[in-house]
Amino acid sequence: MPDVAFWQGNQAIAQGALAAGCMFFAGYPITPSSDIMEEMAKELPASGGRFIQMEDEIGSIAATIGGSIAGLKSMTASSGPGISLKQENLGLAYMAEIPLVLVNVMRGGPSTGVPTKISQMDVMQARWGCHGDHGTIAYSPSSVQECYEIAIKAFNAAERYRQPVIILSDEVLGHMREKVFVPPAGSYAVANRKRPGVKPEKFVPYLADPEDDIPPMASFGDGYRWHVTGLAHNDFGFPSAREEEVEKNITRLVRKIDRFRDDIVEYEAYEVDDADIVVVSYGTVARSSITAVKDARKRGLKVGHFRPVTLWPFPDKEIFQISKRAKTIIVPELNCGQMVLEVERAVHGRAKVIKKGLVNGEVFMPEQISSFIQEVA
Amino acid sequence: MSIKIKDVIHKESPMTQGHRMCPGCGAPTAVHQGLMGIDHPLVVINATGCLEVSTTVYPFSAWRVPWIHTAFENAGAGAAGVEAAYQALKKKGKIDKEIKFVAFGGDGGTYDIGLQSLSGALERGHDFTYICYNNQGYMNTGAQRSSATPKGANATTSPAGSVIPGKLQKPKDLTSIAAAHHIPYVAQTTLHNYMDVASKVKKAIETPGPAFVNILVPCVLFWRIDPALQGDICKKAADTRFWPIYEVIDGEWKLSYKPKKRVPVEEFLKPQGRYSHLFKGERSKALLEQAQADVEKDWEYILDRCGETWEPAE
Repeated sequence: MPDVAFWQGNQAIAQGALAAGCMFFAGYPITPSSDIMEEMAKELPASGGRFIQMEDEIGSIAATIGGSIAGLKSMTASSGPGISLKQENLGLAYMAEIPLVLVNVMRGGPSTGVPTKISQMDVMQARWGCHGDHGTIAYSPSSVQECYEIAIKAFNAAERYRQPVIILSDEVLGHMREKVFVPPAGSYAVANRKRPGVKPEKFVPYLADPEDDIPPMASFGDGYRWHVTGLAHNDFGFPSAREEEVEKNITRLVRKIDRFRDDIVEYEAYEVDDADIVVVSYGTVARSSITAVKDARKRGLKVGHFRPVTLWPFPDKEIFQISKRAKTIIVPELNCGQMVLEVERAVHGRAKVIKKGLVNGEVFMPEQISSFIQEVA
Repeated sequence: MSIKIKDVIHKESPMTQGHRMCPGCGAPTAVHQGLMGIDHPLVVINATGCLEVSTTVYPFSAWRVPWIHTAFENAGAGAAGVEAAYQALKKKGKIDKEIKFVAFGGDGGTYDIGLQSLSGALERGHDFTYICYNNQGYMNTGAQRSSATPKGANATTSPAGSVIPGKLQKPKDLTSIAAAHHIPYVAQTTLHNYMDVASKVKKAIETPGPAFVNILVPCVLFWRIDPALQGDICKKAADTRFWPIYEVIDGEWKLSYKPKKRVPVEEFLKPQGRYSHLFKGERSKALLEQAQADVEKDWEYILDRCGETWEPAE
């Protein structure tokens, strides 16, 4: 029998992280994500972990990288400008293959934007925010229950694929309270990073196993020599500008996610099999969409809903399948059109894709989505 | 350069009343007191923080002067850009007014995320004044600790509990750090004396080159004090020597205020909810003794820098 909690989304992410074994959090206050930090400040010392408030956003992710290198599951959280400041170190974590979880409780941007209100403007930043090529894993929860579950999944993915994993939450979800069924420990999967299987003298830190393209990871202090750098590097971790070594390094960062795309991608399809119209939305917006879709079904319209749970990798194959039947796909999101570009790419012109953006700090109401459906029904 | 209240009392403040700061907040008082004696046209650069947010709630602005909100971490750099462009225009003869540049940041935007930007601007020698309205924590985001938060204070990210008695670290001495840039004017004060803030800020602004003023201001929500106690609590900060009042002029340290009597730091701590845990339980005596010892040590340091001795009336 699971425990029942009544949490805010931000609190649920912190609790999920703890359930996944997070033992290190470095953060910096910023609205609307500070509650995650405050929860970790309370909980981590009690569970034997370590919380540090850093001097700025850059320091927060840098310390998180350090915590992970030292062997602890590590997380940081921020919003808006804070996420922008973290991008360089996020790139370092991709390059040096450091598992960590970065939570972005999305608020309005650009710049200071609307700190206290919701947006979904950071979808493309999550994919391409730091310079350079890399694979990306980003989850989008749409309930407080899912905040908890996705925090666990994000840690598992970070540990398994040895790279940063992003949770794209949002201001409404972060501050909304809902009932959460908290599963007992041991009833859900917890992944841990692959450790070296050889003696320290035989250890080649970036020599990846051919079956998964992921090198085992030692911790500082384990006795294994590991040179960590943001420079392009060879298998020994030493900086290299040799064409074949740089090529091997960067292509593997992309390939290690591409090849497991089917394992990583998650989505929730609702009444799409016979749907003429499909609404594709994520995060808080999906809640309004589902209500509108149910309402449309009651009125006899063949409407479905598709919710990407992973925004990256994007569930493009799955949306392509839907577009074989659906004539129209409506994409409401709280930006001027970001995920809709991926939907357009996925359907290959087989269905009409309609972009619906909202950037005033409010959420689409179910009636607004209903009216979008009515326009094309 | 001391100024008289009758000279400034009828002047219009660069910041109007009717802003949305909390009743009892020290930040707007610091702005009013600081800028009341300034005769030059002003440009204000404001880092992200309560002052920025609450004085500019759309569709209003409380500022009568040109005002720019930079991001959180770069009021110093923003000021540097504006001042450098002004100097260039002045050199070309395209502007002839004597404009003064004042940057405001809270302790979060000054002690922590903005320190690099402030340090760069001080070192490059821009002719501007940076005023830190220091309420000793991150108030705009919900009472988290900053590196200005005093040891023992209860903040949301240094919560006081049965094991850990609030923040464990001493705050950094940012006024000394600013002085170590060898800039012409540095001062530390609080709202303990109306004309002291006005005189220090006037000196800072009228001194050519960079100047830094660190003003301790209460946040009623974080300090958990009666809003009516603003002046009182600042006076206690000065009288208990918790917050020494001094200037550093061209490298010369000068004490501005010597309390006549030795007042225990408890008198500053007791009215504040953020220290309530220090007055309860078995460890109370030891924690208060430690707080007093910290005050004495810091005071000795300031006396030494200023070449002063202190003989309080018993």
